[in-house]
Amino acid sequence: MSALGAVLPIAQVDSGDTAWMLAATALVLLMTPALGLFYAGLVRSKNTLNTFMMSIAAIAIAGVSWALIGYSLAFDGEGALIGGLGHIGLSGVGFEPRGEGTIPHLVFMAFQGTFCIITVALISGAVVERMRFGAFMVFAALWSVLVYAVLAHWAFGGGWLAEQGTLDFAGGVPVEMASGFSALAAALVVGARKDYGRQALLPHNAVYVLVGAGLLWFGWFGFNGGSGLSTGDSSVLAFVNTLLTPACALLTWFVLDLIRGKRVTAIGAATAIIVGCVLITPAGGFISPAWAMVLGFVGALPCYVAIVWRPRTRVDETLDVLAAHGIAGFTGILFLGLVAQASWNGVADGLFYGDAGQLWSQVVAVVVTPAYAFIVTFILLKLVGAIMPLRASEHDEAVGMDVTQHGEEAYATGEGAILLMPETDGEKKLVADPG
Amino acid sequence: MKLVIGIVRPEKANDVLEALYRAEVRGVSISRVQGHGGELDRVETYRGTTVKMGLSEKARFEVAVSDDFVQPTVEALCDGARTGEVGDGKIFVVPLEQAVRIRTGESDKAAVTPVVKK
Repeated sequence: MSALGAVLPIAQVDSGDTAWMLAATALVLLMTPALGLFYAGLVRSKNTLNTFMMSIAAIAIAGVSWALIGYSLAFDGEGALIGGLGHIGLSGVGFEPRGEGTIPHLVFMAFQGTFCIITVALISGAVVERMRFGAFMVFAALWSVLVYAVLAHWAFGGGWLAEQGTLDFAGGVPVEMASGFSALAAALVVGARKDYGRQALLPHNAVYVLVGAGLLWFGWFGFNGGSGLSTGDSSVLAFVNTLLTPACALLTWFVLDLIRGKRVTAIGAATAIIVGCVLITPAGGFISPAWAMVLGFVGALPCYVAIVWRPRTRVDETLDVLAAHGIAGFTGILFLGLVAQASWNGVADGLFYGDAGQLWSQVVAVVVTPAYAFIVTFILLKLVGAIMPLRASEHDEAVGMDVTQHGEEAYATGEGAILLMPETDGEKKLVADPG
Repeated sequence: MKLVIGIVRPEKANDVLEALYRAEVRGVSISRVQGHGGELDRVETYRGTTVKMGLSEKARFEVAVSDDFVQPTVEALCDGARTGEVGDGKIFVVPLEQAVRIRTGESDKAAVTPVVKK
């Protein structure tokens, strides 16, 4: 290192790493509106905007809660269970890198913030078409701090899970398993849609679903490829694996669709893309490209089974967040405990390469994370439900959440719409005295 | 022979179909229409533009039935479509001069509910 670098710690910032992480942060943020589009296509047309708006609201709510307190609880200090309060309101987060990083602390904070945002948005999939918009926003604010920030601390912020050896490259613990198992709890507390199990409740626009999945995949290159926090080997490996695993998951899905219904389905394909991206999320920078392909082929199976099985239950976990994120994240975390290779990741070997202990560390994560996410979400929603109604009235649910929650329609024709003039004196006079 | 026309809330259309099925009424057409009854106008806002939606989406059922089936059909429409709120819709029963089943050329009573199995 140059003498100048020793004097000015800011010189530790690597311009290449920073450039990539700025772009990666924007890519991950794009995933949330993409998820909104994906979810909007999967619901009935009368709930399009409300479903989309839950994702948009996640940006507003989690973006703010993250800056105010979530980031501090997740990434301040090395406490076993929870971080400190040193970064509340982003105090002490500046241009100098955090720890041994090579990017400005601010960029690190923003990158992690986009993860919190998408995770909150993911849970909305369990409660669309009936949960009140206001209640969802209150829940989102609390969840982003009490569940996301805590699990992010455990997995990424120096908490006990990482300390005992759990490897999680890009968020199998705080993002995928947390959202999936929280979604299950949310579906149980909020309850099924009134027509669930009685009427066919079908996706209203499969093209939205495919475009949304495509944009999510695009954003996921920043999500996984940025989780090395640099342009180093692990980022490159995760980036490439993010191409391979979903492609393999798609092929598996095609075959399973063919076996089950003799046709390859479009919404199945969109689902497979998500499942593939989730599978590789925890493992991206730790396993070889060949194993990443195996993960795509094999890991899609339990998710497919869960998606086929869930509608036969009474649990209206509407958009299958548990199957696509919870089960896939669970599978990815475990799989990496088998096939991680120090020769690829420079960190640890899995069971197949001689370290059974790594698999054990992964098992701890897949037991504790779902339990924490499910229990805290369950209690949290019961508490929110005690102070305000979680659900829209039956009438509002029947008319549709777009009109009743937002006073807008996704597909307004304007037929029969009577223009109301702005309420100013001058304008009123114009209307009253047309001659 | 009558033509029963029911104009109902679109979100109750499935319930009406179920009620008609249970009343053993077979043969029904549904179209989406827009109309205005006595219901309160709904206000929607798009950026600076605020509008009053004077027309509501409705589903229009048309069922041609023999005289014996008029009452069951009307009852099924009422049962399926009623919420008790303004805007539940209307039922009109009008006389029908002729009905022809295109496939067989059967006409009138043989062509409408009740469907007789042959």
